[in-house]
Amino acid sequence: MEMIATALPSLGEAWALILQPVVLGYLVLGVVMGLAVGVFPGLGGIAGLSLLLPFMFGMDPVLGLALMIGMVAVVPTSDTFASVLMGIPGSSASQATVLDGFPMAKKGQAARALSAAFASSLFGGLVGAAFLTVFILIARPIVLAFGLPEMLMMTILGLSMVAVLAGRIPLKGVAAAGLGLMIGTIGEADAGGSLRMATYDIPYLTDGLKLVIVGLGIFAIPEIVSLLRQDRSIAQGAKLGGGWMEGVKDWFANIWLSIRCSIIGVIVGVIPGLGGSVVDWIAYGHSVQTTKDKSNFGKGEVRGVIGPESSNNAKEGGGLVPTLLFGIPGSGSMAIFIGAVALLGSGEIEVGPNMLKDNLDITYAIVWLLALANVVGTILCIAASGGIAKLTTIRFTYLAPFLFMLISFAAFQSGQNFEDLLALFAIGLIGIFLRRFDWSRPAFLIGFVLSNPVEKFTNQAFQIASFRFRKSFAEGIDYIFSPIVIVLLIITVVSVVLGIRQAKSIMAEGDVQSGSKRAPVVFLLVLMGYLAFALTNAGMIPNYNMTDKIIPLVVGGIALFCCVILMIQMMLRTEGDSIFADKEVAGEDADAPYGLWSTLAWFGGLIAATFVVGFIIALVGFLISFLRVRAGASWGKTMILTVAGIGFMCLMAGALNRDFPPGLLQDAVDLPWPLK
Amino acid sequence: MRKLATTVAASALIAAGMTMPAAAEVDFSGKTIEWVIPFSETGGSAKWANFFAPLLSEELPGNPTVVVKFMPGAGSTKGANWFQEQEHEDGTLMFGTSGSTQFPYLLGDPRVRYEYADWIPVMASGTGGVAYLNTEDGAKFDGSANALKDTDFIYGSQGATRLDLVPLLAWEMLGMSVEPVFGIKGRGDGRLMFERGEATIDYQTSSGYLGGSQAMVDDGKAVPMMTWGALDEDGNIVRDPTFPDIPTFKEVCEATEGCATEGEQWDAWKAFFVAGFPVQKISFLPAGTPDDVTETYVKAFEAVRSRPDFAELAAKQVGKYPMFVGEGAAKATTTGTTVSEDAKTFVQNWLQEAYGVSLK
Repeated sequence: MEMIATALPSLGEAWALILQPVVLGYLVLGVVMGLAVGVFPGLGGIAGLSLLLPFMFGMDPVLGLALMIGMVAVVPTSDTFASVLMGIPGSSASQATVLDGFPMAKKGQAARALSAAFASSLFGGLVGAAFLTVFILIARPIVLAFGLPEMLMMTILGLSMVAVLAGRIPLKGVAAAGLGLMIGTIGEADAGGSLRMATYDIPYLTDGLKLVIVGLGIFAIPEIVSLLRQDRSIAQGAKLGGGWMEGVKDWFANIWLSIRCSIIGVIVGVIPGLGGSVVDWIAYGHSVQTTKDKSNFGKGEVRGVIGPESSNNAKEGGGLVPTLLFGIPGSGSMAIFIGAVALLGSGEIEVGPNMLKDNLDITYAIVWLLALANVVGTILCIAASGGIAKLTTIRFTYLAPFLFMLISFAAFQSGQNFEDLLALFAIGLIGIFLRRFDWSRPAFLIGFVLSNPVEKFTNQAFQIASFRFRKSFAEGIDYIFSPIVIVLLIITVVSVVLGIRQAKSIMAEGDVQSGSKRAPVVFLLVLMGYLAFALTNAGMIPNYNMTDKIIPLVVGGIALFCCVILMIQMMLRTEGDSIFADKEVAGEDADAPYGLWSTLAWFGGLIAATFVVGFIIALVGFLISFLRVRAGASWGKTMILTVAGIGFMCLMAGALNRDFPPGLLQDAVDLPWPLK
Repeated sequence: MRKLATTVAASALIAAGMTMPAAAEVDFSGKTIEWVIPFSETGGSAKWANFFAPLLSEELPGNPTVVVKFMPGAGSTKGANWFQEQEHEDGTLMFGTSGSTQFPYLLGDPRVRYEYADWIPVMASGTGGVAYLNTEDGAKFDGSANALKDTDFIYGSQGATRLDLVPLLAWEMLGMSVEPVFGIKGRGDGRLMFERGEATIDYQTSSGYLGGSQAMVDDGKAVPMMTWGALDEDGNIVRDPTFPDIPTFKEVCEATEGCATEGEQWDAWKAFFVAGFPVQKISFLPAGTPDDVTETYVKAFEAVRSRPDFAELAAKQVGKYPMFVGEGAAKATTTGTTVSEDAKTFVQNWLQEAYGVSLK
């Protein structure tokens, strides 16, 4: 009661702070800047906020907050464009959106998918803010109740979504997730610093692979290459059906799903340490499980867009709780946000435990500025979606070179190494073959995303649990089997059981024909070879660093075991069995006028040329030759498009103060930006 | 004596100023200074550089834009190795290091290909650290660790070769049994682990302590144990000016049986403490930078330091700790980046024995 007595006046003060024309003006300014920056996959929030930082010094707190929140809030909204239209997951928050959003775009329903996504985002943001307004007052003990065993259980619940997304052959899904987990362990181990599948001679590998690169490689590259081979537009027949009103109606028809997923988003977002990595998959899994007719998932089911999109904006609100109440950033952009808040005004706002006591009005202002920014951002996005959706009717050959340009740049930004481009290419190859042989790519990605949390929480929870057990048995049991753990365990078991029953009807890769044995068997052998090698590699870590080897050994062992069973099945079954799924046998890829390798060679060429002359010069050559040779454009058109592409790249990178990948030429000669 | 020295120095400066032609003055008008930080946008060094960047911009001649650039990788080794290869061009490049850059250098990490002595320090600043206990064990703390020797502690740690080396070694010297849980991402996560009751001992840097742990102490959920202390002019460890009421590790060590404030163990601890705390963050110009450019930066940082509102601004952002400029920074850098061969060998062996960490 007492809480409400203090909360209500603060809420009023917060609205009084927000509803000033100048504050709203800054908010809109932030939103517009956020949308502009948001076109770069995987870069948005952090790059934008870093750009704003110098202006935050001594700025009026409410104005600064409005500007920053406006910018952060729209990133999970604006990256939906890339997810739906191009199949490029813009951030970890929009990976699940790709699964059904992109197939909808291919069916010519891009505008419908976008507006359904935006309506869900908007609604999710508002539900999240309303929920937070009350929840933030009682959140502290709840957040503290989530210890390591609880977080581990939450991660396992996320992993259990593999069951839903495993595809027609569950074993393949499990093996794909295992492979993702193993790829995620590459590099220096967090706990003991041992190297897994890496050497100090290749410093790049010791840091491990970045999510941006894996997301782009697994989802974007296979789709871009496939569409480019078919030489058509994204929307089949270049026709646009379904206007934006239809998407909003779709959302309204599924409003309860939207509400449930929003709540899932806030709650998972609140838990520090998990951040957004699992939210959209859990929401996607929930959407699948609560849909009666599951046959359309993976082929363009609108509920598969509404679920994850409702959760990802709500998650941003939830993520404010650990940020504001504990001073622990839930994401990279939140970390900068905390730093920037301290610069505001005379530094009177200090993020941390005293936030609720001293600055409840500011806390509420932040929550509702976020919600308001969602509204503004969504309206702008919906207004733009009809026009932007037309991109899907353009002949893809004109779009592809610019997409290669964008994803290369995005990949480079994640680590600022030339190796980023090589890693993108390598992961892209894995993605292409996973797609071709109908191995679940979402399962792979879930494995990769959760690799670090699984390992970290398992080791830490184990260590603390054994510490407790040494004190007394009861204390140990109390620690491991808390009520939250038991509830999560039940949810996980139920979702796995339901998931396995339903998985067969959900075909994330669409209907794939089966063919001869040879190609699928060769791919399986390659995977087994890698897993066996990685297992041996992990086995060589000395035993006193058990924390660094146990997870790779167990996970790799399970994945290899699955592969062995698959191999036995492949030997026993006859050709044409669904286990031999191969996209090159029949269907779009098989009928495509261009081959895989000649298409991929273009991208490989861009990377190779970058290695020699640096990105911008390589890009000029790449765009001109691609447009002339592959697209067969006239010289005039080629020049206009090339200049536009390079100009856009330089403008954005210049404004964000980013460099381009340098090559051998740049090592030898000093060149001015952007050539350097 | 000091007065005389100042006078001599001042007249030398004036003489130098008179002989130098006006055209040689450094002017950064219209230029962009790049301040490269070998960490990601989200770390403490980013906060530090972002705090100083706009202030520096105001004080440098010609008011250039100062942008902070991030080059993360291999725990800052990548960026530092890169900076080692840079040479002076037009004075628009500056590099910021932190304790995480100094520790691998001091420990002889094979990946280190940089040499601090080659670079030109222009500014250095530090921080302090506070260790604290949970209430139950805190009741047993009486200014010495004598009553804490039979308790098993658990501590959320970022890794034994990082700044955590300082607290872990300190607790070991006190004869305490502290089991580190490795793999957390930042001290904030460690604090959360403590607050959840999973960890029973914790330490925070000054700003982390003020921002998060102080509230726990006020609520009676934590008991401060000791600070690492601060350095006085002569390099002695004294009470931390931010926490004058909390005893230093040195005091606790003196009061605890079996803990010695001399000998190779103590020297090793002190060497790494200095590198990790009082001289934690240093800003460098690349090798070969001419004196006039260096002088320009030093003057600008001096001007930043003498701003009337600097103390107040800095207290919130970087703590109430001295900021070293020019000569002071050079001296601080030497103290923070040299460690005796004995101390180095000691720590290397200790890491190997206690945590199985091999730096070969």
